[in-house]
Amino acid sequence: MDLYLLTILLFLPLLAAASMWGHSLAWLSRVPLERIREHYRWIALGFAVAEFLLSLLLLIKFDSTTTEPQFVINIPWIEGLGARYHLGVDGISLWLVVLTTFLVPIAILVTWRVNNNVRAYFTSLFLAQVGIIGVFVALDMLLFYLFWEMSIIPMAFLIGVWGAEREHRVHATVKFLIFTVVGSLFMLVAIIGVYYYSGANTFDLIDITRVLAEARAAGKTLIPESWAIWFWLAFALGFFVKIPMWPLHAWLPETYVQAPTSGSILMAGVMAKMGAYGLIRFNLPLFPELSMKLAPYVMALAVTGLIYGALVAIVQNDLKRLVAYSSLSHLGYVVLGIFAFTSQSMQGALFQMVNHGISTGALFVCVGLITQRRQTREISEFGGMATQMPGYSTAFMIIAFSSLGLPLLNGFIGEILILIGTFSSTVPYAKVFAVIGAAGVVLASIYILWKMQRVLFGAVTKEENKELEDLTRRERLALIPMVTLAIVLGVTPMVFLSATDRSVNYVRSIVVQQSTK
Amino acid sequence: MLKWITFAPLIGALLCGFLGKKLGEKFVSFVACGSVGISMVLTFIAFFTKLLPLPENKRQITEHFFTWIEVGTFRADFAYLLDPLSGLYLLFITGVGLLIHIYATGYMHGDEGFYRFFAYLNLFMFMMLTLVLGDNLLLLFVGWEGVGLCSYLLIGYYIERKEAGDAAKKAFIVNRIGDFGYSIGVMVAFTTFTSISFVDKEIGGKVIPSLLSQAGGQAVEGVGMFGVMTVIALLLFVGACGKSAQVPLFVWLPDAMAGPTPVSALIHAATMVTAGVYLTARCSAIFTKSQTAMLMVAVIGAFTAMFAATIGIAQNDIKKVLAYSTVSQLGYMFLACGVGAFSAGIFHVMTHAFFKALLFLGAGSVIHGMHEEQDIRHMGGLKKYMPWTFGTMLVGWLAISGVPLLSGFFSKDEILWQIWASNSLPPGLGKTLWVLAAATALLTAVYMTRLMVLTFWGKERFKVAHGDGHGHHGDKADHHAIHPHESPAVMWVPLVVLAILSVVGGYVGVSAAWGGHNQIEHFLAPVLAKAAPLTDAAHGAVGAASAAASEAVHHDFTTERIFTGISVVIAFLGIFLGWQMFTAKPLRKMPRLLENKYYVDEFYDAAIVTPIQGVSKNFLWRILDVKIIDGAINGIARLFGETGSAMRFLQTGFARSYAAIMLVGAIILILYFTFR
Repeated sequence: MDLYLLTILLFLPLLAAASMWGHSLAWLSRVPLERIREHYRWIALGFAVAEFLLSLLLLIKFDSTTTEPQFVINIPWIEGLGARYHLGVDGISLWLVVLTTFLVPIAILVTWRVNNNVRAYFTSLFLAQVGIIGVFVALDMLLFYLFWEMSIIPMAFLIGVWGAEREHRVHATVKFLIFTVVGSLFMLVAIIGVYYYSGANTFDLIDITRVLAEARAAGKTLIPESWAIWFWLAFALGFFVKIPMWPLHAWLPETYVQAPTSGSILMAGVMAKMGAYGLIRFNLPLFPELSMKLAPYVMALAVTGLIYGALVAIVQNDLKRLVAYSSLSHLGYVVLGIFAFTSQSMQGALFQMVNHGISTGALFVCVGLITQRRQTREISEFGGMATQMPGYSTAFMIIAFSSLGLPLLNGFIGEILILIGTFSSTVPYAKVFAVIGAAGVVLASIYILWKMQRVLFGAVTKEENKELEDLTRRERLALIPMVTLAIVLGVTPMVFLSATDRSVNYVRSIVVQQSTK
Repeated sequence: MLKWITFAPLIGALLCGFLGKKLGEKFVSFVACGSVGISMVLTFIAFFTKLLPLPENKRQITEHFFTWIEVGTFRADFAYLLDPLSGLYLLFITGVGLLIHIYATGYMHGDEGFYRFFAYLNLFMFMMLTLVLGDNLLLLFVGWEGVGLCSYLLIGYYIERKEAGDAAKKAFIVNRIGDFGYSIGVMVAFTTFTSISFVDKEIGGKVIPSLLSQAGGQAVEGVGMFGVMTVIALLLFVGACGKSAQVPLFVWLPDAMAGPTPVSALIHAATMVTAGVYLTARCSAIFTKSQTAMLMVAVIGAFTAMFAATIGIAQNDIKKVLAYSTVSQLGYMFLACGVGAFSAGIFHVMTHAFFKALLFLGAGSVIHGMHEEQDIRHMGGLKKYMPWTFGTMLVGWLAISGVPLLSGFFSKDEILWQIWASNSLPPGLGKTLWVLAAATALLTAVYMTRLMVLTFWGKERFKVAHGDGHGHHGDKADHHAIHPHESPAVMWVPLVVLAILSVVGGYVGVSAAWGGHNQIEHFLAPVLAKAAPLTDAAHGAVGAASAAASEAVHHDFTTERIFTGISVVIAFLGIFLGWQMFTAKPLRKMPRLLENKYYVDEFYDAAIVTPIQGVSKNFLWRILDVKIIDGAINGIARLFGETGSAMRFLQTGFARSYAAIMLVGAIILILYFTFR
């Protein structure tokens, strides 16, 4: 079972999609359209929940005392190239996989009323899920690249076909595609370069990491220095676009705004983490010295984005755009933490990735729910929702406070670990970056509280807002787990941290040891 | 046991929040007051039967609940620490808290959000107790932010009022600016000592001594030196300035009066706002290692005390007067800490909790009886309508003014004396601070007298009732003139209890000069560090001399007694002046600068808020993001697009034009290879 667990997990969504297309035409012609749609929705939800429950097995069986990948399956894939079907999970990817499977059912629940080509919609969603999970479990570089690209295409469809406004969504899709595809092409070049110079005739990430490390230990450099920097940058470019890092975020506001709620949840919730994950998996262990050397620059970009995103978020009038920029700001912390190379900062970064998935995901859900009710994202159209929709407002507030880093909610743990770790880091100027990062927390409270006040509080001024329905049962089903997790992770973070500890410190030790030599 | 002190209100909050709406007011009142009651009883048991019997220097009870965060060498536990300092705080928090809860059941009676109000209030108690009991800087910060959250929720309690929402937001954000300092302080402390705990902890297999004991072993950094202790102390003090509303971060507290009055009493007078003083006292081992930091604390405190008192004298909203008074009194407490008299500061925190809670609740009772009128210019002559309120507030007034034998007198006199006698301040500064403090004491007596005179004495200056107020006075909507009435017993009984406490609360700290034992000082001594006398090389001689002098003074009480005499004179003089000025002409015009609070809010708006918004919107977003970053990308796209369209003309589809192009190309290539 352990051998095939990841494979099953990876391809179950494909089965879900296939099962929707496998209905006989005879049946389809006999029943009314709405019933067919409902039927598909339940299939989708059923599979997504099953997938989530299955992924919990990973948590249960995970052994947090080792740094080795677990649930490994490793068989030849393209023999001539040395590409292998090599999957595995360690402390770094564990929570990201579970986060993905957790968010998909929620995405389905909150877009239950999508009526346009339902079957294709869920198929796109599931294909994206396969790609995302694939990225997190693939231990072969070519396989990684394959899944990486695979996650982009269905996401583009989701935005382009089921996006918000007909006149803008196609433009957003094209922008998203160009950015991410160009980014990943650079990454492909770097993958081939590393493959070529490592000379091991394998794309296997674990093997290559080992080969490079052994060479370094022996005092040899396999990848010539003149090339290494370019490969590092090519990897980084692909990952930075995905996160996105300032100033490569130009695609973000428009794409997040135009995407359907499910798309925003997946993009901000997990696809952004593919970038951060890539940095930890590729840049750090493959190029430890370079990563250490370039760390101050990366951190400078990270804090720039962190402050910049927060400042721009303050002045947004469009709810979703506000969340998009706030996401830019929050992801700055993640990158800051990764490149500070202390065990607190890196653990914090990983924690923050999951946090951000939960709280930004939930924020997009919250925004989606009222947008659906009012057909507008303008903040000024709302106000006084607290009296109209008390349940909704409570959830919104808890999530908002989690994203501004209130203690005992998840956001705080990530931020404080990142900041403390960064402050005690030996990377040049790390203390300055930590202080700037701490200032970002102040800005976060400004844009979040202001948004909350304008949406939730005050008197109800608009006629249209007087008859709004509070959370339906389905919406509650989507929000309550997220809110609960925000609290649970904030109170007992050790459940999470103890699982990631070994793997994170392993990667960290590669960087720190190699660069102090 | 300790955990139930905090968990009782937490459970209360959950019950009120989730079931309160369905089960109604009786249930909520019972649960909310009951849970705080349990907490209080447990506190008394823990304090008197567990803590006090321990030998004086070993009074420390810890309770480990679980390890909250442990990553690498960084460790923060969910663990509580009961010692004299937290014990004392616990006593008055639960005591005053319970009284205010009871009062609030009357005050909030009939309000739509009754259950929500008490859920927040109970949650506040949990957070406040966690703040005080937390055994490390991070858990303290949990409570710290938690009380900030509850304060936010309760200031903005009247959701529909915009000014309440604005005030709530302002409070939170200004506090966050303070927390910015606090969190960096934690980082520096951690990198310096690898410990953020107040007690020794095992980290990664070895025992790391507590932050405080490590700090205690550091060398004293003299005035003007900026070593690591100074940095930590000053950063923590930034946090304290935010929470305890000191200059320049005081602006949120007066606005916070938009919340219901019991909230102002509990959170914005008696407990939460004194958290900054608690922090300073808790970290006294750090503060006393930096004379620069101590000096800053003293100066900021003195300045705030004076500054807020002058504003307070010109305010017309009964709650605003009390708010500025609170800011001013908090300044007093910091001043005490800054001169090394931590125990005097804590003593004043306690007495202030009694009389200020009393005054706020009294004000609430007045507002209640006046149908939501808060402007003292529209009051007057209320003493015959509200005998209980009047009688109890009278006690509060005399206590805060420093009339002898009431609680405020003892603590204030102690502070004034300690400032004078302090040997840790540069020469001259101590005397200057004393003058400021004495002047503040005088002003305090004046503005409090003004408040009392305008409210309770003189002619009735009532306005015509303005509609239905908000919610719970809806039934009085059709009245046209105000008929003030006394509040129900559930409200005035807590007032009476607080009045008694305001009278007797000071006797635990009677100085030895007057035959007392100064129990507070002795009790707190083991947990508070002593300020180092000023032995900086430059002032060596002076320091030694004044140290010797203060030694001498402690044996000879004459000077101290003379200063007590001065305090008494100040109190009576202030009351006399106030009485003379405002009985003669109650609506005397006050200086506009004071009435407008020195235009500090306007200044902050113009200097900080507007520029940030302007730059973010007009530069960062509209220009940098949309025009430059996005524009550059679109520019590149357009470049490709246009190159593409230019190329399109080459794709004519005619075979002979392709052939022609190929021919041209071939010729160019041949030429190139021939002539290179």
